[in-house]
Amino acid sequence: MSGAVADQAVPLVTAAEEKIAIASQLQLTWWRLRRHRLAVASGVLVILFYLVAVFADFLAITSPHATNSARSYIPPQTIHWFDEDGSFKPHVYALKGRRDMRTFKLVYAPDPSDKRYLAWFVEGYGYELFGLIATKRHLLGIDRGVPEDALFLLGTDQLGRDVWSRLMLATRTSLTIGLVGVALSLFLGVLLGGISGLYGGAIDTVIQRIIEVLRSIPTIPLWMGLAAALPNDWSVIQVYMAITVIISLIGWTELARVVRGRFLALREEDFVTAAELAGASRLRIIFRHMVPSFMSHIIAAISLALPAMIISETTLSFLGLGLRPPAISWGVLLQDAQDIQALALAPWLLVVAVPVIVVILAFNFLGDGLRDAADPYG
Amino acid sequence: MIAYIVRRLILALLTIWAISVVTFVIIQLPPGDFVDAYIVQLSASGSVVRFEEAQALRQLYGLDQPVWVQYGKWIIRVVQGDFGASMEWNRPVTEVIGDRLWMTIVISFAAIIITWGIALPIGIYSAVRQYSFADYIFTFVGFVGIAVPNFLLALIIMYFGFKLFDLNIGGLFSSDYQLAPWSWGKVWDLMKHLPLPAVILALAGTAQLIRIMRANLLDELRRPYVTTARARGLVEWRVVMKYPVRAALNPFASTIGYLLPFVVSGSIVISLVLSLPTVGPLLLRALLAQDMFLAGTIVLLLGILTVIGTFISDLILMWIDPRIRAGMHE
Repeated sequence: MSGAVADQAVPLVTAAEEKIAIASQLQLTWWRLRRHRLAVASGVLVILFYLVAVFADFLAITSPHATNSARSYIPPQTIHWFDEDGSFKPHVYALKGRRDMRTFKLVYAPDPSDKRYLAWFVEGYGYELFGLIATKRHLLGIDRGVPEDALFLLGTDQLGRDVWSRLMLATRTSLTIGLVGVALSLFLGVLLGGISGLYGGAIDTVIQRIIEVLRSIPTIPLWMGLAAALPNDWSVIQVYMAITVIISLIGWTELARVVRGRFLALREEDFVTAAELAGASRLRIIFRHMVPSFMSHIIAAISLALPAMIISETTLSFLGLGLRPPAISWGVLLQDAQDIQALALAPWLLVVAVPVIVVILAFNFLGDGLRDAADPYG
Repeated sequence: MIAYIVRRLILALLTIWAISVVTFVIIQLPPGDFVDAYIVQLSASGSVVRFEEAQALRQLYGLDQPVWVQYGKWIIRVVQGDFGASMEWNRPVTEVIGDRLWMTIVISFAAIIITWGIALPIGIYSAVRQYSFADYIFTFVGFVGIAVPNFLLALIIMYFGFKLFDLNIGGLFSSDYQLAPWSWGKVWDLMKHLPLPAVILALAGTAQLIRIMRANLLDELRRPYVTTARARGLVEWRVVMKYPVRAALNPFASTIGYLLPFVVSGSIVISLVLSLPTVGPLLLRALLAQDMFLAGTIVLLLGILTVIGTFISDLILMWIDPRIRAGMHE
């Protein structure tokens, strides 16, 4: 493919043309993608979200599992940026909880005389950074005091757990479950799609029919059935793995379709024939010549498959059939905001919807941009 | 043409078979067999099951035989319309499901009608006025429609409905008609409650369909025959509607094949949020209570209905697309 371009360009090659002629498919894709501003911005956003996933504990303020019935349903706090003298000293007012004797609801009143100043890099609950380094440092906290008493940026849930901190941890779970699920689907998709596209004939027909059958089954009832059968005494990790497997069982079909399509198209290309004539082995042709030229297509397909995985996990956990507490994921958090009573009482619990929507939108824009960029004839 | 129908039919039967196997697996998955569960259920309500009775039940369900024999016995009973009994409700499964299956169909069908009704004109508009302001707006709304999981959309709408208008928008009937037998009044009540859940359900599919329609029509509009029609002085409306739109409609009809499973799936989830009387809440409850015959039957029936719907859409497609009738096209 790049050979033909180079031949025509021989008489008058400028430096720029030569650069294009010898660029790999991935480089070409990257150059095209850079022009697509929305996709690049979305890509940056996705990277930011994964940074949150990596540093979730560092960004959390209080332990996401610490419950306290005296802190039930605290609304989100306002941060006051300036002190009375006008100096920049962000602080929040301490809260005084009191039970309303008519509704028996806890109501909280900020106490302006009791200021708590925000501070960077304070000590809080202990955790292990990257699962290795034991530390107690957190990005944000309260100067000379425990944040458990005073700092609730996004309020608390019914059990008095800090929503902000839970959101950070949930981002980690939900984003990684997508990655693991996609890795599994990719393995199945490339394997079966590759076999289908490479050999054709009866095997191809069988695999294509399997894909068609899988795609015509309504997935949610199926997933619900399978997920409900997971034993109750399984650990969080076991449930996590089982859910990813269940989601991937359907998710691989789209990737297989893309891979098969590329294999079919590339099989007829001149450079593949040339490699065959030169006596290259089958494996070498696949991995040295064919895979690099549709790598960008696979990357595009992955970035479109990821949000689907995330939605699946969120939906299942929301129904109470996916991850279960004490695991924290977006779906588990949304479960608290399931009915109108909870929403009327604590509308801030719905804040979880924001990262879900933003990250899925970003993945979609990025995937769309990548798909356009990956297609040299687009 | 006959070959096409036969092929589709075989595929549909294959799918139904696959669904039945998965359903059977779901029924079998919980630890212990269902006679154990049944006995526990009965003892809880005070009646005692004698050992011989339990043995007879096991024999009836073939639990002492290999799995494939059990599957065979189960599928034979299912084909005869005997789906087993719901342990939680202590009644035949079909009785428990009752109207709810029809409600699921009504909502899914309404959602698909709305999907088509919205996607068709907007798709045409976006293609004809490509890169116009409205085109960008529709594209953006489309992306949001794809990105927001529909249960989330239902939650958000429910919250604002409550906050701004003090409405509880859940349910499919007002309280007067909830338990009333079917009458014209009840049907009218249903019609009044149906649009909101149907629109929520339709949104994600609509977004995808708009993009497909737009892309197809853009391809068609660049064809020489469109230029010819214009050069001959046809009115723009006719130039667009007479041929390119009709040609672009073909893949549009075929999308119902994936739209239907998608919509049925979605209806389960939003029914839970909006407390609609479909099979959704029943399925969730059955699964949580491990009432496996009920859960399995719901999964099976939903699957079969979807397959039938897809098959019908294939027939419609054949009717619309002469290329398929002539056997030139897959």
